[in-house]
Amino acid sequence: MKKTDTSSYQHFLKVVDCQQACPAHTPVPEYIRLIAEKRYTDAYLINWKSNVFPGVLGRVCDRPCEPACRRGRVEDTPVAICRLKRVASDLKGDISAFLPKIPRKKNGKRIALIGAGPASMTVARDLLPLGYDVVLYERDAKAGGMMRSQIPAFRLPETVLDEELNYIINMGLECHFGEEINSLDNLLQANFDAIFVGTGAPNGRWLTIPGHDKAGDQIQTGISFLANVSFEHVSEVPKKVVVLGGGNTAMDCCRTAKRLGATDIKVLVRSSYEAMKASPWEKEDAAAEGIALMPNYSPLEYVITDGKLTGMKFEEVASVYDKVGNRTLQPTGEILHVDCDMVLVAVGQDTAFPWIERDIGIDFNQWQLPKLNKKSLQSTHAKVFFGGDAAFGPKNIISAVANGHQAAISMDLFCQNADPVQDRSDSSFSLTSQKMGIHEWSYQSTIDHQARNLVPHIAWEEAVKQLAAEVELGFDEKLALEEASRCLNCDVHTVFTESTCIECSACEDVCPMDCINFVEEEVDDNQVVKQFRVAELNAEQPLLVSAPLKTGHIMVKDEDVCLHCGLCAERCPTGAWDMKKLEITNTHATIKGGAK
Amino acid sequence: MSYVKSAFKHPRLPVNDLGLTYRDYEGALSTLCAGCGHDALTSAIIQACHELSIEPHKVAKLSGIGCSSKAPNYFLNKAHGFNSVHGRMPSVATGANMANQDLLYLAMSGDGDSASIGFGQFAHVVRRQLNMVYMVANNGVYGLTKGQLAATADKGVKNKAGDLSLFTDIDLCVMALQLGASFVARSFSGDKKQLVPLIKAAMSHKGFAFIDIISPCVTFNNHNGSTRSYDYVHDHITTAAVTDFVPVKTEITSRSDSGESEDVCLHDGSIMRIQKLSENYDSSNASKAIIDIEQHKAKGEILTGLFYLEATASEFHEINNTCDTPLNKLDQDALCPGKRVLPGINKSFR
Repeated sequence: MKKTDTSSYQHFLKVVDCQQACPAHTPVPEYIRLIAEKRYTDAYLINWKSNVFPGVLGRVCDRPCEPACRRGRVEDTPVAICRLKRVASDLKGDISAFLPKIPRKKNGKRIALIGAGPASMTVARDLLPLGYDVVLYERDAKAGGMMRSQIPAFRLPETVLDEELNYIINMGLECHFGEEINSLDNLLQANFDAIFVGTGAPNGRWLTIPGHDKAGDQIQTGISFLANVSFEHVSEVPKKVVVLGGGNTAMDCCRTAKRLGATDIKVLVRSSYEAMKASPWEKEDAAAEGIALMPNYSPLEYVITDGKLTGMKFEEVASVYDKVGNRTLQPTGEILHVDCDMVLVAVGQDTAFPWIERDIGIDFNQWQLPKLNKKSLQSTHAKVFFGGDAAFGPKNIISAVANGHQAAISMDLFCQNADPVQDRSDSSFSLTSQKMGIHEWSYQSTIDHQARNLVPHIAWEEAVKQLAAEVELGFDEKLALEEASRCLNCDVHTVFTESTCIECSACEDVCPMDCINFVEEEVDDNQVVKQFRVAELNAEQPLLVSAPLKTGHIMVKDEDVCLHCGLCAERCPTGAWDMKKLEITNTHATIKGGAK
Repeated sequence: MSYVKSAFKHPRLPVNDLGLTYRDYEGALSTLCAGCGHDALTSAIIQACHELSIEPHKVAKLSGIGCSSKAPNYFLNKAHGFNSVHGRMPSVATGANMANQDLLYLAMSGDGDSASIGFGQFAHVVRRQLNMVYMVANNGVYGLTKGQLAATADKGVKNKAGDLSLFTDIDLCVMALQLGASFVARSFSGDKKQLVPLIKAAMSHKGFAFIDIISPCVTFNNHNGSTRSYDYVHDHITTAAVTDFVPVKTEITSRSDSGESEDVCLHDGSIMRIQKLSENYDSSNASKAIIDIEQHKAKGEILTGLFYLEATASEFHEINNTCDTPLNKLDQDALCPGKRVLPGINKSFR
């Protein structure tokens, strides 16, 4: 079995599941430890550096970190990472003194950003401190992009969004709000050294079934409806509303409709409840507000009576999966008629590039997405970079932020006449022992067995009465500290040194999770794995494999369910095990698709 | 403070016939030195008890004084136990066994407890054939009093402070063989593959089962020049036969009593499967075992494995023809019949 390469950070980053899963590689355990020490401002700044919008993401992030959290494999539920991020934002002090200084003397390079969503704003945040002149063009009256237009205020208060956008705008960002770019060619003629396209996926998809073209504005796409509500063009809806689709936009639509006076709201989706794309907590919150979620219904037609939409016809379907997991929807033969006065279609959204001329050197692929270099996000036109939904279709805020960092590095290199791919530097890293003394570590190594804390919210009956009242209250300090102590500190690694091991088996015996195995060396990895104390649970989780020891045996640690409790290091008589904290400097360079 | 073992356990941890995982057989977290061989020994006992689905409340843990004798605190915390006076554990074990022969008696002792202050007690409990498992964690030094040489230290070795071992060492396996133990083995705390089947077999054996376990003292006897250090034992250990324990419920599919492999049926129906590595290995010849041990020692090797097994030997209760009902289950009248029986007894002496 091949010895694990411990000379780079790759193995160690894989072990920090939350950080690895986060597209921006936010050092989650580090900021949770700071929260546990009540150092909220520091916790916020670590987040801010990495994900730019901690207050926003602490509320509405898709949370790829949470399903990845090791705690979910050790017991039932992951650490409430997202809620803790919000705690850092809610309880922080004034951070203005800690924001990067913007050089008075500029470096002479000008950057244009198109669209003021999370990707563009991240590029601005990264490039302004380096001395670039950054000019932003946004067709809406305010910055924020989909964070403002598509996320309702009851999930994301405007003040939180404004605060975090203003940190960037106040760095000297030249903003042109209400200015839509209609020709990239024209912009290329202007005097910019590089252009970033972060225009998102602004077109909602329609459902062109019979009746579609006869219902007028009784049928709307979900995202235009949400934008109209956000910009106060719409303030009421009819009583009976049908929402089509099962994603987070559908959940936001139905909950918004409820607040605007609808009394009978049904969300109908073709998939099963489990397969709905919305985050589980969004589905639960919608249901708690009295909205009927009706899975397994495929729309057949809009029912038009006397030129008006009066209802919809659906066919009941069953999701059938084949051996490889492909889904087909099989009609059960049942037809459902639903009365309604309005339909909100939230079945997907697309990018829109009618403003990019097709003869200026920017190639598009078969899905009408720009052809990009995966590492640099540079398009086939050297000056033009893409990021966020505009680059890869609809994803989420945190992916857009990661793209922003990735593109900012590329644009900086490009503007300094370096190669955005070849000259990208990788992150460097350090591992620092956390030992303070006998039985004493600089982190909370004792495992807290408490279950996950639920986040408090305002009463559901109050919630649905107000459009802008935030539903979730967030953790108070007591809950935050309790939740923070559930973190397993996965970034404090068990680091093994072969040369000092005397093979006494103390670590193997004491490990509460049976992670450590001293086994006979075999060429066939399967033969090694077979010797484990407990069979592997998740084969995709990394193994830490040592070089052969004095007896010829090797140490193989299955990192999967390691609690990072430090007992192996505690029990080791020779210090062959140590608990060392991983710090990756310049995580931006590590971002997936980025360098290496 | 981190010295707390989490209650979380591996989600795939196997459960035994009683529905227990091995974690249910643990005791308190050890306070022995980090890397102590005794902790590995503890872990082997836990594993053996779990795999044999032993009910913890049907076990009595017995020990005397010493690092070794602290160890019972670290396994089977739901079992009975008695931590006795230094070297006097065999007496306590004998008394307990008299009162209740239904329990499984697991004794943990050390080289000081058994080869020095308790040597006499050790000798007598062996010759009495008490039905128990007697384990000695043998590290050649008195770790609890900072590393003075024990009676089991090889003649001529030096301890950590530089003191020379002047006297002939006592080999407890040789003693047990001479005094008639029906199960004698030696193993190494660093080799659980060998140790766990031996402990299982010893627990399934009826009669006096003795296992001498080399268990390095990581603090006082793990230096260069020690013959009980991890490195030295790893380098000098040898065995004449590999033993495997086959529990009762396992269907025996292959059986060969040819030259290389031999099955010995234990009291409870389980099988001790012996794979000979040395041609003239013979588990039924105690005097030959003594010679083998001495010959290997002369070569500078540490012979381990099962030395002797007499599966059908009698144990103390049979030899003494005691009643089948444990004494603690007899009522007052049966235990102390008084005037009803006394005249008859007196008459028999006339």
